[in-house]
Amino acid sequence: MPTIFLMDIEAPRIAKKAQPGQFIILRIDETGERIPLTIADFDRKKGTIAMIFQAVGKTTAKLAALKTGDAILDFIGPLGNPSEIEKGGMVVLVGGGVGVAPIFPQARAFKEAGYKVISIIGARSANLLLWEDRMREFSDELYITTDDGTKGHHGFVTDIVKKILESGTKVDRVIAIGPPVMMRAVAGVTRPFNVKTIVSLNSIMVDGTGMCGACRVLVGNETKFACVDGPEFDAHLVDFTLLMNRLSMYQPEEKAAFEKYKCEREGCTC
Amino acid sequence: MLARQKMPLQDPGIRRSNFKEVALGYTDEQAVEEAKRCLQCKKPKCVEGCPVEVHIPDFIKHLAEGDFDSAIKNIKTDNALPAVCGRVCPQETQCEASCILKKKGEPVSIGRLERFVSDKELAKGSEVPERPKPSGKKVAVVGSGPAGLTAAADLARMGHSVTIFEALHAAGGVLTYGIPEFRLPKDIVKAEVEYVKKLGVNILLDSVIGKIDTVDDLLLEFDSVFLGTGAGLPVFMNIDGENLNGVYSANEFLTRVNLMKSYRFPEYDTPVRKGKHVVVVGGGNVAMDSARCALRLGAEEVTIVYRRGEEEMPARAEEIEHAKEEGIQFRLLTNPLRLEGDAKNWVTHIECINMYLCEPDGTGRCRPMPLSGSEHKIEADVVIMAIGTSPNPLVPRTTTGLEMSKHGTVVAKENGETTKKGVYAGGDAVTGSATVISAMGAGKIAARAIDDYLKTK
Ligand SMILES: Cc1cc2nc3c(=O)[nH]c(=O)nc-3n(C[C@H](O)[C@H](O)[C@H](O)COP(=O)(O)OP(=O)(O)OC[C@H]3O[C@@H](n4cnc5c(N)ncnc54)[C@H](O)[C@@H]3O)c2cc1C
Ligand SMILES: Cc1cc2nc3c(=O)[nH]c(=O)nc-3n(C[C@H](O)[C@H](O)[C@H](O)COP(=O)(O)OP(=O)(O)OC[C@H]3O[C@@H](n4cnc5c(N)ncnc54)[C@H](O)[C@@H]3O)c2cc1C
Ligand code: SF4
Ligand code: SF4
Ligand code: FES
Repeated sequence: MPTIFLMDIEAPRIAKKAQPGQFIILRIDETGERIPLTIADFDRKKGTIAMIFQAVGKTTAKLAALKTGDAILDFIGPLGNPSEIEKGGMVVLVGGGVGVAPIFPQARAFKEAGYKVISIIGARSANLLLWEDRMREFSDELYITTDDGTKGHHGFVTDIVKKILESGTKVDRVIAIGPPVMMRAVAGVTRPFNVKTIVSLNSIMVDGTGMCGACRVLVGNETKFACVDGPEFDAHLVDFTLLMNRLSMYQPEEKAAFEKYKCEREGCTC
Repeated sequence: MLARQKMPLQDPGIRRSNFKEVALGYTDEQAVEEAKRCLQCKKPKCVEGCPVEVHIPDFIKHLAEGDFDSAIKNIKTDNALPAVCGRVCPQETQCEASCILKKKGEPVSIGRLERFVSDKELAKGSEVPERPKPSGKKVAVVGSGPAGLTAAADLARMGHSVTIFEALHAAGGVLTYGIPEFRLPKDIVKAEVEYVKKLGVNILLDSVIGKIDTVDDLLLEFDSVFLGTGAGLPVFMNIDGENLNGVYSANEFLTRVNLMKSYRFPEYDTPVRKGKHVVVVGGGNVAMDSARCALRLGAEEVTIVYRRGEEEMPARAEEIEHAKEEGIQFRLLTNPLRLEGDAKNWVTHIECINMYLCEPDGTGRCRPMPLSGSEHKIEADVVIMAIGTSPNPLVPRTTTGLEMSKHGTVVAKENGETTKKGVYAGGDAVTGSATVISAMGAGKIAARAIDDYLKTK
């Protein structure tokens, strides 16, 4: 089971400009891949950026192996468009898995903009739940769900979203960040209620500046580049099947690279 | 008249499976022999064909005398990137097109000679030029492609303090992320970038202008800004199936291969799909480079699909020649209609239609028209779209008062001046995709204009 890591990176120039909804791209070393990670938090005074990530492959495992005081070769951002946060209203924030991390700065920003904030955070199991305390601080209501019932509601985040909407509560906006299947499910639940729903798309990226088109997604039947046109889009217009298909593009290569890395690090048994 | 010296090349059968440089470079003897062909014209036509005004007969004279050091010194007063230009300038339409010898036969191989003396110098380490007296003025250059590097080098030589902001993790623009190793080794680009740094230019990588800082932010700190942001936005055809797995923009494919070195995967972490049957759509240098990279990654068959004829191909003749020698297939007068995929969203075929050419259109080229009934499918597990690029909108979108054309290019006068005070632009960002040397020429002209502007401040 992949483990979750939290990392603070000293990057004062980026911390000064970062906004909720944005991400960074990093490259650990000379032979490294460029990978995008959401800005989970920023501290303008200390000049730090917090990231939360799951060690799912070689790059994230390499990242997880870094120790306090180590340096990352390239750290680029803030990229993407900040979340749209107007004045006041009611927002439902849904975070699944590591998706809780990018939801957090939004909770804070929405709260500060005078919104009533209902947050729903979910994970497969209680021990994978993130940032419950931080989320509670900026939420008027906080719901927890786990797939295995080890904490909170036994089931999916969508169950709670549905309950809230069915109860007749007037919701201005739903924001869902998490695995694509989760975001698709949330979109499915909110569509009949006609509630504006925003998701943050985690497509494969290379440059993050609109130069390569690796991150292209289909939104309302139009091709968009997630890195510069997004990463947030109207969930009801997103082609999630395409997103998921494209995310699997390098699975064989990624798997091979990860296995090789583990072998090298842990001593080979194969 | 002496015959033009032939460029020694790596054998096509061998080079098609490695990323080492194709053209090996002249030997000392060859270079001197070739230099002796130059007539040392009083009014050298060749210089008029060079956008950065290299003193061609002068450097060739030193070379003919065996004085390689003086030859390179001479070039470098006008051109900060001679090892690059000597390799990728379309000399046949630039300096060499204007060489007087061309009328009688073959022009002097100016580009190859330029490459020769640059390589000589790089091999022993380039000299640190003297720094001029500081002017006290600061200029920000956005983008480290040939336009930005040239503007920066010239401005530094004029005594200004110059900082380049580059979005990627390496400097060089297309020279680094686009043009492949086998045509332009990255060590050469790095060495030329190092030289620009030695002139006193500060390069800040990983800095996306429009995100970390806007141009308006930069103007608070700098006296002037030069935009050399290139034309890096990939264009797609908007046909069915373009988002299938295995379909790349040339930019993505080449960035993975060149910048991220995925041809050395898994030593380098970035993967690229190595196709068996690769189809590249387009007929320019970008298409040739993509096709030849795909071949070197191990494809069994690489086909270029182009909607016009060979005459109309915008790629350099030499590149088309080299691609053919390596076994790249050409399907000319063929245009894609749509792409087909399997249940897992992977591309399997590209459906095309044959074309014919009728009367020339406004651009003077013949207009391709589809030949109905000629639809056919080509097997493909990787498809690379190399049909062009347009300027990246990141800077224009975030800069106040900067006028853009409807094609997304920055509107600039001949001297690079934009509609925003203190902001100049040049290269592909202004012209749309063009050439290395035209971008450098624009950088040079803009540097002069910026220098004049700074004197009035
Ligand atoms: C804008 C943006 C923001 C992102 N923010 C975060 C973040 O804050 N935290 C975070 O952990 N990840 C985030 N991601 C995803 C992250 O970039 C990838 O997890 C990372 O690239 C994986 O690299 P790797 O080399 O370790 O694994 P790879 O070798 O690239 O992938 C290993 C396997 O994991 C799968 N995989 C990759 N990403 C995910 C994912 N997010 N969820 C489930 N399975 C996945 C792949 O399909 C593959 O099978 C974000 C992506 C984008 C585009
Ligand atoms: C594959 C390929 C092969 C080619 N072959 C040849 C050839 O053989 N001969 C030839 O003469 N020409 C060739 N060309 C064309 C030539 O490379 C370009 O015309 C030339 O590089 C343009 O130079 P430039 O400085 O204007 O822009 P670029 O080289 O595109 O450089 C622009 C730079 O600006 C950076 N940038 C963009 N936006 C920002 C931002 N917001 N903030 C910070 N930085 C930013 C980019 O990352 C990039 O590094 C080729 C092009 C390609 C793609
Ligand atoms: S820079 Fe290019 S155009 Fe000018 S002399 Fe050299 S090869 Fe010719
Ligand atoms: S035009 Fe040709 S022959 Fe004359 S100086 Fe130039 S390179 Fe030499
Ligand atoms: S990541 Fe390259 S265009 Fe978005």
